[in-house]
Amino acid sequence: MLGVAVLLTVLRPWLPAGLVRIPEAWLLPWRDWIDVAFEFIRGDREEGRFGLIYITRALSGGLEFILDAVANVLYGKHRWPRIEQLPWPVITGCMAVLGYALGCWRLALLAGGTFLWAALIGQWDLTMETMSVIAVAAPFAFTIGGLLGIWSWKSKRVEETIKPLLLVMQVLPFFSYLLPAVIFFKVGPTAATVATIAYALPPMILMTTLGLKKVSPEVIEAGKMSGCSSWQMLRHVYIPSARTEIMVGLNQVIMLCLAMVVLTAAIGMPGLGAKLLAMMGSFKLGRSLEIGITIVLLAVTLDRLSKAWVVKQPEHFEKGTPWWRRNIYLVVGIASFVGLYLLSWVSQGLSNVNFEDLTWSNAHQYAGGVLDEVKRKQSMTQGRALDGQIKQFLAFDWVQSTTYAIRYFFNNFILIPSEKALLFVPTPAVILAVTALALGLGGFWPGLLALVFFCIVAEFGYWDRAMLTLHSVFMATFFAFLFGAPLAVWAARHEARARRLILLCDTFQTFPSYVYLLPAVMLFGISPVTVIISILIYTMVPVMRYTVEGLRGVPAEMVEAAEMSGATRSQKLWKVQIPLAMPTIAVGLNQALVFAFFMVIIAEFIGTRDLGQEMRKTLAGTHLGWNFVLGFSVVFMALTFDIAINAWAERRRKILGLA
Amino acid sequence: MKKLTTTVIAGAIAAMPFAASAADSSDPIVIPIHNWSSQIVMSHVVGQIFEGMGNNVEFVTTDSQAVYESVRLGDVTLELEVWEGAFGASFRAALEKGGLHDVGDHDAVTREDWWYPSWTKEACPGLPSWEALNDCAALFKTAESGDKGMYLDGPVDWLKHGQERVAALGMDFIVVNAGSAAALWAHIGNAEASKTPIVVFNWTPNFAEAVWPGEFVEFPTWEDGCDKDPAKGPNKDALYDCGNPADGYLKKAAWDGMKGKWPGAYDVLAKISFTNAQIAEMARLVDVEELEAEEAAEEWLAANEDVWKPWVEAGS
Repeated sequence: MLGVAVLLTVLRPWLPAGLVRIPEAWLLPWRDWIDVAFEFIRGDREEGRFGLIYITRALSGGLEFILDAVANVLYGKHRWPRIEQLPWPVITGCMAVLGYALGCWRLALLAGGTFLWAALIGQWDLTMETMSVIAVAAPFAFTIGGLLGIWSWKSKRVEETIKPLLLVMQVLPFFSYLLPAVIFFKVGPTAATVATIAYALPPMILMTTLGLKKVSPEVIEAGKMSGCSSWQMLRHVYIPSARTEIMVGLNQVIMLCLAMVVLTAAIGMPGLGAKLLAMMGSFKLGRSLEIGITIVLLAVTLDRLSKAWVVKQPEHFEKGTPWWRRNIYLVVGIASFVGLYLLSWVSQGLSNVNFEDLTWSNAHQYAGGVLDEVKRKQSMTQGRALDGQIKQFLAFDWVQSTTYAIRYFFNNFILIPSEKALLFVPTPAVILAVTALALGLGGFWPGLLALVFFCIVAEFGYWDRAMLTLHSVFMATFFAFLFGAPLAVWAARHEARARRLILLCDTFQTFPSYVYLLPAVMLFGISPVTVIISILIYTMVPVMRYTVEGLRGVPAEMVEAAEMSGATRSQKLWKVQIPLAMPTIAVGLNQALVFAFFMVIIAEFIGTRDLGQEMRKTLAGTHLGWNFVLGFSVVFMALTFDIAINAWAERRRKILGLA
Repeated sequence: MKKLTTTVIAGAIAAMPFAASAADSSDPIVIPIHNWSSQIVMSHVVGQIFEGMGNNVEFVTTDSQAVYESVRLGDVTLELEVWEGAFGASFRAALEKGGLHDVGDHDAVTREDWWYPSWTKEACPGLPSWEALNDCAALFKTAESGDKGMYLDGPVDWLKHGQERVAALGMDFIVVNAGSAAALWAHIGNAEASKTPIVVFNWTPNFAEAVWPGEFVEFPTWEDGCDKDPAKGPNKDALYDCGNPADGYLKKAAWDGMKGKWPGAYDVLAKISFTNAQIAEMARLVDVEELEAEEAAEEWLAANEDVWKPWVEAGS
């Protein structure tokens, strides 16, 4: 098959046009068909034609009520229950107490510090607006995901239906979610919440099912022997045993919710994300950087809190311990709530020292003044100073000449030629090559799916743009491996180093992508290498994470056996550790590809000529069919590689006896 | 514990001979907010005027293209800045589908065209004429553009036809499309550091005028039909051989149901009209003075009572 593909490519100048690209006349009107189907499913409220929109709008009514109530408490939106906004010291104090209760003083410092930072930097209201949506979306995603996870564990058929659906949801470009969310769930926090839930669900479902499947037979036996009903089995045996996996799912839910903060601003998510986009629109790099830091801090705090909750063992007290002793943290929490509330109430209308005039002698007045609300001139934002520093840095000659050299080399010698080469290859040759690759990796079924999926992409009629998308994805994944894998191998040698690298990965993953894009444009201009770099930052994360995990997960006996037989360090690495870690590394590669397919569409923000650019034109809402044709072109390409690589990893694992 | 600023405006309005149309619904009027400062401040200005009239107002952040679908559905009540260049196509498409309508233009005119920051003129003194620009094309080279100069055009969906113009006028430029306004700013910001000559797509009114002084390139003047009739413009065989019209519209749009539900607010909306200077001032309060949008709106309303009070009074 590869041979035919190569032959077709070599012969391209002599091929009839119909073999190079599918002729226009053969393309079916998918766009119109999808539009008609969508109209039918949707229904119309004005004409009174029943459809899905009736159901979703009813749901979003209920959701809106919950969101409004939370918003009222957190930032004083004028809705039921009409309590006024909680002052910031109250929430900060309570988060610190919670941190202490779950972990230790370090966690208390992290939780309290995060909210203190948000308040003092002047982003309190924004942070609370963001939190008001996350506080609703995360529990919903957790509950729905958990229930679906249990259901798909109970029934094989459900699992088989849910799995491909989840895959599609994960790789469907964000620009395709946008319009349906707005149409079905009403632009605003409701649509943002629904999009966030949809995005955060898959890992929760997968982890729950995985955890329940892993419960050991002894535990189940023990449960049955004590005569549990099936509800009791689930409640007291299965779920507690699967607790670790379920909590990992929760952690992923939180991380993904925060990753969506900026993207969902386009459909009505209030707060930090919207502000970030506005700051970037007026080229305020310093302020957008500060917002990025707040989002990362929130992510790390919520992540650490939820993890601490997982590892925390239930405490047991001696009989006769008084109530307040058993619930000491609750008591302290309530006390600090009341105390700080009174304090901020007293602080209202106290002196008005601005941050710029702050000195040692009036520090107590400043502190007194901000306890109720940090006003604009009192915030410690350094946005302007940061802007200056960034500009200064860019003005250095060595910065300019280095970036120019990188840009010149990569664009002119690697990226532009390879792009042209890929566009040169005739459509059937690409399809055959991909099919051959999938066949070789995964076997018959992945090969067949690859053939079908790529034929559909060709039939959708955006072949050149699809190839440009594929090119960016491949290049970004390739460079992620080139740079990420050696770094991970180096880090995996020591426990502490590995931990630091993982922390770095976490930070990069939650740092809003848009914040990178502007500095990348400033350094490398609007050119292919900028697009690759901005995707690279994301694709390197899973590559490094899974490589470290894979290498550290190699059974110690095997490494010892290699050492005993006198292997040198490089032999040990190449002959034992890497082959054994390969299935895990392959999962990382797969994740990197999925991330790349996600980011390549976002990189449209810089300026690309691929499917993402075309999708942007469809956002006005009148071209839903067009939008879906483009979105599913991405989905089918991503699925092809996902299925093939997973099949390969599964096979390797069986061969190596790791399954 | 929030400042009761709206009461100040409510007071100001109550003091006037003003009979509010009691028929306005108590449901919130939903005003969309996008990601550029003048639009955000303008939305708050109008929102605070509506609140002063006793209406409930809510703001929602949305994408500036996808918003038209929401206005059509009535989830969003109005849109205050419909730019002819950037959103004209989306607006017209939504208009055809129905559900929203045109509520008149602002006094402000918009201009969108090739633009350069002032330092470029030092390297190419013949500017702003387009012929002089073309003679300097080599100054605008980048790592990938070969011998030609590079012109950074706006996002493709704004349909600026930079490519066609370069071909029609036989210019030595290649055209690259930025993906977003922010990418354009980043490009200018980077050039500013080293004072590299650049030519990019830009428009007025916007915040960039205050940050980077510069000028539009003068192309052959726009003639009606330059985009449809090859005979128009200097090149008799090509379209798009003129500059863009220097007076594009800036419109307001509203959901069809607004007039029935909030007649008072609708009347005011129809009268609202800002000028270029007023819009630039709104942007300046946020971009240069670094006020928050709400505060900027309050400040603007306080300083320009003679501008907005007649709109409200006439509504009585």
